[in-house]
Amino acid sequence: MNQVVPSNKRGSHELATTEDHEDFVTMFIEGQMFGIPVLVVQDVLGPQKITRIPLAPPEVAGSLNLRGRIVTAIDVRLRLKLPQKKTEIGAGMSVVVDMKGELYSLRVDQVGEVLSLPAAKFERNPPTLDTLWREFSTGIYRLEGKLLVILDVPRLLDFTKSEAI
Amino acid sequence: MDDLLTEFLTETGESLATLDVELVKLEQNPAPQILSNIFRLVHTIKGTCGFLGLPRLEAVAHAGENVLGKFRDGELQVTPAAVTLILASIDRIKMILNHIEQTETEPEGDDKDLIAALNAHAEGRDVAPPPAAAAPPPAPAPAPAPAPAPAATPEPVAAAPAPVPAPAPVPAPAPVAATPEPEEHAAPALPAQVAQQQVAAAGAAAANQESALAAQTIRVNVELLENLMTLVSELVLTRNQLLQMVRGKDDSEFATPLQRLSHITTDLQEGVMKTRMQPIGNAWAKLPRIVRDLSVETHKKIDLQMLGAETELDRQVLELIKDPLTHMVRNSADHGLEMPEDRKKAGKSEVGKIVLNAFHEGGHIIIEIADDGRGLGIQRIRNKAISNGLATESEIEQMSDQQIAQFIFRAGFSTAEKVTSVSGRGVGMDVVKTNIEKIGGTIELKTIDGKGTTFTIKIPLTLAIVSALIVECAGERFAVPQISVLELVRTTATSEHGIEVINSAPVLRLRDRLLPLVSLRTLLRLADSAEEQAETFIVVTQVGNYTFGIIVDRVFDTEEIVVKPVAPILRHINMFSGNTILGDGSVIMILDPNGIAGGTGEMAAVDNQQAAGAAASRGETRAEDQQSMLVFRAGNSDLKAVPLALIARLEEIDVTDIEASHGKPVVQYRGKLMPLVTIDSSFSMKTEGQQPVLVFSDHEHTMGLAVDEIVDIVEEQLKIELAVNKPGLIGTAVVSGKATDIIDAGFYLTQAWGDWFGSDKDSRKTQEGLRVLLVDDSPFFRNLLTPLLSVAGYEVTSVESADKALTLRDNGSTFDVIISDIEMPGMNGFEFAEAVRNDGPWSGLPMVALSSHATEQDFERGREVGFTDYVAKFDRDALLQTLAQTLSTKGAV
Repeated sequence: MNQVVPSNKRGSHELATTEDHEDFVTMFIEGQMFGIPVLVVQDVLGPQKITRIPLAPPEVAGSLNLRGRIVTAIDVRLRLKLPQKKTEIGAGMSVVVDMKGELYSLRVDQVGEVLSLPAAKFERNPPTLDTLWREFSTGIYRLEGKLLVILDVPRLLDFTKSEAI
Repeated sequence: MDDLLTEFLTETGESLATLDVELVKLEQNPAPQILSNIFRLVHTIKGTCGFLGLPRLEAVAHAGENVLGKFRDGELQVTPAAVTLILASIDRIKMILNHIEQTETEPEGDDKDLIAALNAHAEGRDVAPPPAAAAPPPAPAPAPAPAPAPAATPEPVAAAPAPVPAPAPVPAPAPVAATPEPEEHAAPALPAQVAQQQVAAAGAAAANQESALAAQTIRVNVELLENLMTLVSELVLTRNQLLQMVRGKDDSEFATPLQRLSHITTDLQEGVMKTRMQPIGNAWAKLPRIVRDLSVETHKKIDLQMLGAETELDRQVLELIKDPLTHMVRNSADHGLEMPEDRKKAGKSEVGKIVLNAFHEGGHIIIEIADDGRGLGIQRIRNKAISNGLATESEIEQMSDQQIAQFIFRAGFSTAEKVTSVSGRGVGMDVVKTNIEKIGGTIELKTIDGKGTTFTIKIPLTLAIVSALIVECAGERFAVPQISVLELVRTTATSEHGIEVINSAPVLRLRDRLLPLVSLRTLLRLADSAEEQAETFIVVTQVGNYTFGIIVDRVFDTEEIVVKPVAPILRHINMFSGNTILGDGSVIMILDPNGIAGGTGEMAAVDNQQAAGAAASRGETRAEDQQSMLVFRAGNSDLKAVPLALIARLEEIDVTDIEASHGKPVVQYRGKLMPLVTIDSSFSMKTEGQQPVLVFSDHEHTMGLAVDEIVDIVEEQLKIELAVNKPGLIGTAVVSGKATDIIDAGFYLTQAWGDWFGSDKDSRKTQEGLRVLLVDDSPFFRNLLTPLLSVAGYEVTSVESADKALTLRDNGSTFDVIISDIEMPGMNGFEFAEAVRNDGPWSGLPMVALSSHATEQDFERGREVGFTDYVAKFDRDALLQTLAQTLSTKGAV
């Protein structure tokens, strides 16, 4: 008897979440540690040649070529309303994320390691958290001695809601 | 969802689309072929419904089939009422199908009313007369667009207009493998196969016909094609990179294989692009039905003509323009075309025409939507614009009709008196324009009150890979689509093509036009340059009918680039239409000429108008007196000039060839003796080397005017400032900004011949003693033509105005022929001609018009008012010939 057997498409989430741990790529901006779910991160880049985009919002540093794909470079410091660093645009590390098929590179001060953290420890944003972080954060993890702020990447890249241009 | 059901929905959906078109065709022309097509389609639907257990559908289809059967058997006539009824049943089926698609079950309720109506009609019981004014559209003119092929035949490798979820193999075997929708399974289950064959059997008749065709075509999932397209784009990019790398090295072993690769890539690119091309008829498919319904609803008679339906364009583009096109056709039907009675009163035929015309032109597809209705109603638009606060009274005053018409593209603008279900809500045209511009197209309109309106849409044929000119500004590079670039102009601080500033807007004088300019630096707010630019380049760009120039620092070369859309956060910047990666790996933005034109927009539009106005008034006088002048020096350092038109050739004569005759210099020139004349006695010819000579010639006579040097040839508006009473000189004018003496060519001509050939007047034949009246306000021309005509043997009287001429007439002077200028202050040539012809002793005289304007309309006008002939001012030969002809005809009569 003929029967159609559907091919087993493994859910993409199976790998990353082992039971109740989630993996994050950590990075530093202005001394504060941030984290982005590892599944969202495509690449970590070193210094890049960035083309300026005239008339773009100031948080958009420009665009760069990543293996044939055009990636929009975002200056996260500006997005977080932090003072801009005096270094060259394009110098420094950046984390490339994929948002709805578009690639964005988030420029940070430093990129740290990948941490695997138990989901249970994930907390809502405490009221003491700086308002700046709070707007773009989904929550925090308390690690020894420091706070890891989990970045809300869609929010970060959503320029329409905020007061951009 | 069940495979079977899905296939059923797809196929039936297509059948219904076909039915719409076929029914409209049937209404216009009840041919048995169309009828049996329709019957078969409905019969198939009924059969399948029954098989699948969809009773409601089956009932409706059955009732419809009944009526159609009666048509086919000739028992019932195909009337508009009947067709409306059938169309209603089609709509009902569509509705039910929709519901099934959402919920997999038929909707609650039944169609007793519809079925009863259908049955009543079938039995001839309903006596309702067809709605009064819904007269059937008249016998069709050129056939409406070819309907999409009957459902069973898949389009050749193209997606059908309705979104295609999965490929449905037509009648027989081997289902074509293609990417299935997520809900479906890869391989059709056996029950599906069985059902397929059932369906196939049910539609046997159709199937047989189309199976032959089906074998040559194949259904492919659209996503697959999109992927292919992207891959090919990447391939092109990589090829460009390779080419760039090899470009430097002349002797590389890679050169030849790379060349081959390049050709193949280009061919592949073209091939894949073709797979995405679809005939525009697909977008037009629904229109006949829509127009028919509109015509019934609005009680108007409408004839829809679709030309060029086979013109192909990219599928993506097709999807995007479908709605705009429909919207515009509805507008034409609803607002543009008048009621039949009004049309009759206006002297038009009762049937309004809407014509769709599509064709390719230079890398674009042009789509025209024209109607012969009442036009847009400029007055109403004017009022609406003012009342909506879009412009002030004074601004409107300055605008031309066509400019005012543009207001309809503003959001929220609608001059419809009432909002109908069809249109009038004012959300239409701005969306249409935006959609069209999104794909890089333009839309223009032309409207004439009372005559009709025509929209012209121009869309680039390919979206993905374009040729672009790479330019640089403030150290940054940008790409400009080659298709919009007309030319490049290089300007330096000292060049003649300088950038001028009129009303604080930079413009460039390019040939005979003033070109508004925009600085890319300013527009994109780039860094200011530290030093003055030694040279700048202007990219002359055209968007629709608007031409302007973009100022950039440098221009590189043209490259084929792959257009990638900008990131969503940058989409609102309308200066850019995308970005791309160049051969060297750098990312650059692609400029959008539309957006840039918009940037110059408000600021330039007003300035442009004023500048244009200034230029126009200058231009008018220019056209009037604009002449090509040859500027030279002879005898001293003063500049002299003569109309270029009089000069036959510029020569350099070897002094050794100059001989003497009767003490005067001559030279053997082209087999004849040509006398050489000097400007005045102070001039001495060269004694060695080459002597520059301006050669004038007239019939068999040639004369050479010796000069020192030829300075320039310029186009200039000739205005004699200082008149001079010296023989050989007419006066002084400003030519190229310098005071220049204008010589009297006629004087020198007579100098050469008068003394020289002595009494050759006798050798003149029939024109002897004939009297010519020359009317021209310009002393220059009178001066020029009088000697010309005298030498030809006429007796010339010249006057400076038509009034003076008429005074002569009233005083009793008579002539044999009148030559008159057209552009004169006071009474112009046309009016003069009318005055002469209307009454008086001269009414029978031949009149020749002389003018620097020589268009068809001018000729027409000339003939209308009574001129016997029309000659261009500078064509001396033509003038003499015309005179001779005119007079000889007169003589013959």
